[in-house]
Amino acid sequence: MDLQLDVSEHGEWSVLRVGGEIDVATAPGLRQRLVALVGEGRYRIVVDMSQVDFIDSTGLGVLIGTLKRVRSHGGELHLVCDVDRVVRVFEITGLDTIFTMHRSLDAIGAG
Amino acid sequence: MADDVLIELDLPPRPESVSVARLVVGSLALADPSFDEERTSDLRLAVSEACTNAMLAQAVVDDSRPIELRYRVSAASIEVSVRDRAGGFDLDAAQRVADLTDPKRLEYEGGLGIPLIKLLADEAEFRRLEDGTEVVMTFGPESPTGRLVG
Repeated sequence: MDLQLDVSEHGEWSVLRVGGEIDVATAPGLRQRLVALVGEGRYRIVVDMSQVDFIDSTGLGVLIGTLKRVRSHGGELHLVCDVDRVVRVFEITGLDTIFTMHRSLDAIGAG
Repeated sequence: MADDVLIELDLPPRPESVSVARLVVGSLALADPSFDEERTSDLRLAVSEACTNAMLAQAVVDDSRPIELRYRVSAASIEVSVRDRAGGFDLDAAQRVADLTDPKRLEYEGGLGIPLIKLLADEAEFRRLEDGTEVVMTFGPESPTGRLVG
């Protein structure tokens, strides 16, 4: 199953809306898009996962790698997700303490 | 009490096989009223992690051989076995995961799979076989309350 990826610009933020399941089959496409954004000099990125049905550690690894890249440029990576089963993956791994997470885009003014 | 249900599935060691493995365990859990939606998500995640490890290992060593899954549904229990024939792996190294509160955690994009399996399954056994690895996970209906931090 393909991952839906859609980038839009909201002021100083690049918002990547993601839809579908993020796993070993789809994570490479997500990684490629995020690496390209950082390569274009977009260091303030929001990954909107409101339409993500599933994420496993492969997907988490892509987000960790992106956080590392934007921080190396003084940037930020925020995550948006209101899907409880996806949010729970961040909670049980403890990654909710590493990422800045929001329930909606409105919370960071990039909606 | 009804007899156990056993499903055996051989899947090619390709990335798209992992979603099939998740679909099966998700369907089995949804069919059992003692497994709620949160616990069903746990099973899908743990199976995804085990299948990803097996698939990646098998694809490197011999992609003509499948990864072998066995699902056994008993009363209020689902056991999933994932087996590859990729020659085994360094379990000790694979289990090491940096403290998530440590800033150095950002240096590692992987390493969460096996800790997640051990957290989410009631029992998880990693068996080194002569020609590969078998992960056997047993799940009851209760979700864990712990986290991986630390």
